[in-house]
Amino acid sequence: MKTITINETWCKKCGICAAFCPKKVFDRDEDGKPLAVRPEDCIGCRLCEMRCPDFAVTVEG
Amino acid sequence: MIKDYLFEEKLPLFWCAGCGNGIVLQAILRNIDKRGFTRENIVITTGIGCWGKADDYVTTNSFHGTHGRALPFSTGIKLANPSLNVFTLMGDGDGITIGGNHLIHAARRNVDLVAIMVNNLNYGMTGGQYSGTTPKHAITKTSPYGHVENGFDVCKVVQAAGAPFVARGTVYDVVQLDRLISKAIDHKGFSFVEVISPCPTHFGRSNKLGDAPKMMQWIKDNTISREKAAGMTSDELQGKFVTGIFEEREQEDYSTAYQKVIDSLRGGENE
Ligand SMILES: Cc1ncc(C[n+]2csc(CCOP(=O)(O)OP(=O)(O)O)c2C)c(N)n1
Ligand code: SF4
Ligand code: SF4
Ligand code: SF4
Ligand SMILES: [Mg+2]
Repeated sequence: MKTITINETWCKKCGICAAFCPKKVFDRDEDGKPLAVRPEDCIGCRLCEMRCPDFAVTVEG
Repeated sequence: MIKDYLFEEKLPLFWCAGCGNGIVLQAILRNIDKRGFTRENIVITTGIGCWGKADDYVTTNSFHGTHGRALPFSTGIKLANPSLNVFTLMGDGDGITIGGNHLIHAARRNVDLVAIMVNNLNYGMTGGQYSGTTPKHAITKTSPYGHVENGFDVCKVVQAAGAPFVARGTVYDVVQLDRLISKAIDHKGFSFVEVISPCPTHFGRSNKLGDAPKMMQWIKDNTISREKAAGMTSDELQGKFVTGIFEEREQEDYSTAYQKVIDSLRGGENE
């Protein structure tokens, strides 16, 4: 299973990672913070990492 | 590791939430990393603007120039030391509005460098005024009733000026963007990549385009490939972002031509 890590200090809660994940791996909390709640669905495309404007997403595994 | 080239101590980035600049910076650093460039054999030059702050975040050699003048500085750097790999980062205000003259001449001279223009359709840093790429009818701080001018098709300008590699991508299609930057690095000569990117804070807000994901979607919905666009009229293409490679040809670059002159004169001396 992939490990998706969000650097909370760098993340600005823009929502891009969650909006465009092809597998809908993320939810967002009331503040807009992304949460990788369905990592088992991740296909490792790394689009969330590449589209994050703040270098805040890392996909490993 | 891409993070070898990123000045992590300076993060979080100065840019607004959802600003496309960070996506472009990451794509550039990813390509630099893939090539195994060293911090010492590249120079990243910038002008002034939000995108112009990109050099703050890199651990490589960098040169933060004045507004619109990143290319003259890059030309000087490349002339003095042709072995350096020069990356010139420009905004649309920086690169084609105040700096348009430098852009066409650097393209005409075919200075061997990678030029990456982030086109967010306005002057982000100074509060969202129109630039030379702002589309007709768009609302900005200086066109509150709709812009009366047409924006430049920057790729056409750079192509007409003589650049041997010219391409346009978007921050939405990051896979294509990666490939375009990679090809620009491979191409000897003036290699130009325009990147359509959101400024949610100014252009987005003024034109009621919504938050960062909605602006990304707006870019996606208005993007058309070069191949598809070939069969469309200019009316149909109004307000669209045509992406792909527009020019890709071999042409002797400035430093090579200059070196030939030096070599021929040195040869003459020894006769
Ligand atoms: C000679 C000069 N004129 C004007 C300015 C003010 N100024 C700073 S940034 C900027 C425009 C930036 O727009 P752009 O290049 O599109 O970059 P962005 O902020 O959108 O990334 C202007 C007009 C300046 N710094 N120097
Ligand atoms: S794309 Fe990056 S900055 Fe935006 S919400 Fe996701 S992790 Fe945070
Ligand atoms: S790697 Fe792809 S599938 Fe996995 S979370 Fe990121 S965008 Fe979604
Ligand atoms: S003002 Fe616009 S271009 Fe500047 S950092 Fe904010 S979103 Fe990006
Ligand atoms: Mg701009």
